[in-house]
Amino acid sequence: MNAKELKKYFPILDQEVNGHPLVYLDSAATSQKPVQVIEALEHYYRYANSNVHRGVHTLGNRATDLYEGAREKVRKFINAASTKEIVFLRGTTTALNLVAQSYGRANVKEGDEIVITMMEHHSNIIPWQQLAKATGATLKYIPLQEDGTLSLEDVRKTVTPNTKIVSVMMVSNVLGTINPIADITKIAHENGAVMVVDAAQAAPHMKVDVAQLNCDFLAFSGHKMCGPTGIGVLYGKQALLEKMEPIEFGGEMIDFVGLYESTWKELPWKFEGGTPIIAGAIGLGAAIDFLTEVGMDAIEQHEHKLAAYAMDKVTEIPGISVFGPKRGKDRASVVTFNLDDVHPHDVATVLDAEGIAVRAGHHCAQTLMKWCKVSATARASFYLYNTEEDIDRLAASLLKTKEYFSDVF
Amino acid sequence: MSFNNLDQLYRQVIMDHYKNPRNKGAIEDGSVTVDMNNPTCGDRIHLTMNVEDGIVTDAKFDGEGCSISMASASMMTQAIKGKNMEDAIKLSQVFSDMMLGNDYPDDVDLDDIEALQGVAKFPARIKCATLSWKAMEKGLQDQK
Repeated sequence: MNAKELKKYFPILDQEVNGHPLVYLDSAATSQKPVQVIEALEHYYRYANSNVHRGVHTLGNRATDLYEGAREKVRKFINAASTKEIVFLRGTTTALNLVAQSYGRANVKEGDEIVITMMEHHSNIIPWQQLAKATGATLKYIPLQEDGTLSLEDVRKTVTPNTKIVSVMMVSNVLGTINPIADITKIAHENGAVMVVDAAQAAPHMKVDVAQLNCDFLAFSGHKMCGPTGIGVLYGKQALLEKMEPIEFGGEMIDFVGLYESTWKELPWKFEGGTPIIAGAIGLGAAIDFLTEVGMDAIEQHEHKLAAYAMDKVTEIPGISVFGPKRGKDRASVVTFNLDDVHPHDVATVLDAEGIAVRAGHHCAQTLMKWCKVSATARASFYLYNTEEDIDRLAASLLKTKEYFSDVF
Repeated sequence: MSFNNLDQLYRQVIMDHYKNPRNKGAIEDGSVTVDMNNPTCGDRIHLTMNVEDGIVTDAKFDGEGCSISMASASMMTQAIKGKNMEDAIKLSQVFSDMMLGNDYPDDVDLDDIEALQGVAKFPARIKCATLSWKAMEKGLQDQK
């Protein structure tokens, strides 16, 4: 694939910021959208906008076909067995909360254990904290190796026959660590626990195959993978989803409504209360078409090269400390760093003055920041539209940042 | 070395307060203690003050944050020492107006604080500058 050619599909990238051509290095927060997705949204609103699953009229059918067509695209994208296993929700956070509140409340009791890791995003910590508090279960953390990876030995030590749920991120949004999900799933299953995967940073960047991972639940967000905001996916094994109760009740999710009792629609609609996120799902479908056409393998290879190039370029700047797997180790295209004693906010402000967008802060991972022994870091994250020239610009501006702050001090 | 507009933000006096913070630390048995953080970025301040007969007799801060938040905290503690609570709170409101780019009374002696005016042009950094002031205002309002 040719990132320079691909960049042309992203109109937002073709602009100047503070007098410099924009270099967008914050795709781990949210990705930019290609014209194909923008046009799919426009097409829906111009041609098919209507509520789904109820219209006898033509627009209702168009909207329903597009919405359910998007579900089939998602199914194929992650290799799920059936569209019944694909629930459209607001995002990864909502999906993980659904698992915690529905499956968790029904299956976790006092004395049980919920196991997560020290590198999780807040969205894969707080739902389990709340579940542990409500049920009297214990929340346990798999520790990290010094380089920010997990050891399977630690996983085996932490997961026990009392563990009911293991929930792990597939790719770290801070460290860039790629976790061995299939192996962890095996350990969870050997102990009788279900395996939940936060794939928010994986689905945009690499092939995610739920059959191969054999996980029980998997969640991801559309907006990090070229799709619109406000749409996400919960994958769940059909047998588990069948037994779960909805947590949102109202329109759209019901079968029969009586004065005092009601029944639910079948899967996946029983979890989609209210008018669904129709445009969002259609936009996500268009994003999946786009990513599939480029090829997830090609995207993964491209980012792998970018990550290695960035690690080389960034680590050679004097005074830089980079978190996560070392140079040369397998890692996702996220480089989190600090520069001497210049605070990451100041780094991000100076980079912004150079037209370079990076994230600064705790990256929704306060517990991980404590593990890193810092209160904040700066993070550059890459996607299919980024090039080696973008990284050259980053490295050059980091050097200037360093000089600027040694000057003003 | 110069970047467009950045010098308006990183004024010499701000960098001086960042490098050599005034009133850094904590007052043991201070009469007012406030902890505040900025959950979006991880900045954190621990502010202790002594208030006697309505006068802020001492103020110290501890915490973690960027140059703007720490310099602002340093300037804030310097500015409120010796002021009565009303004036300290009034100064906080003036500061808030300054950050939002609103008009503020010109009879207030801002001293070093004036250097933070440039922050208003960097919307992403306004919360950094206002953290310690909000902490001070909250602590003193609770005393009333």
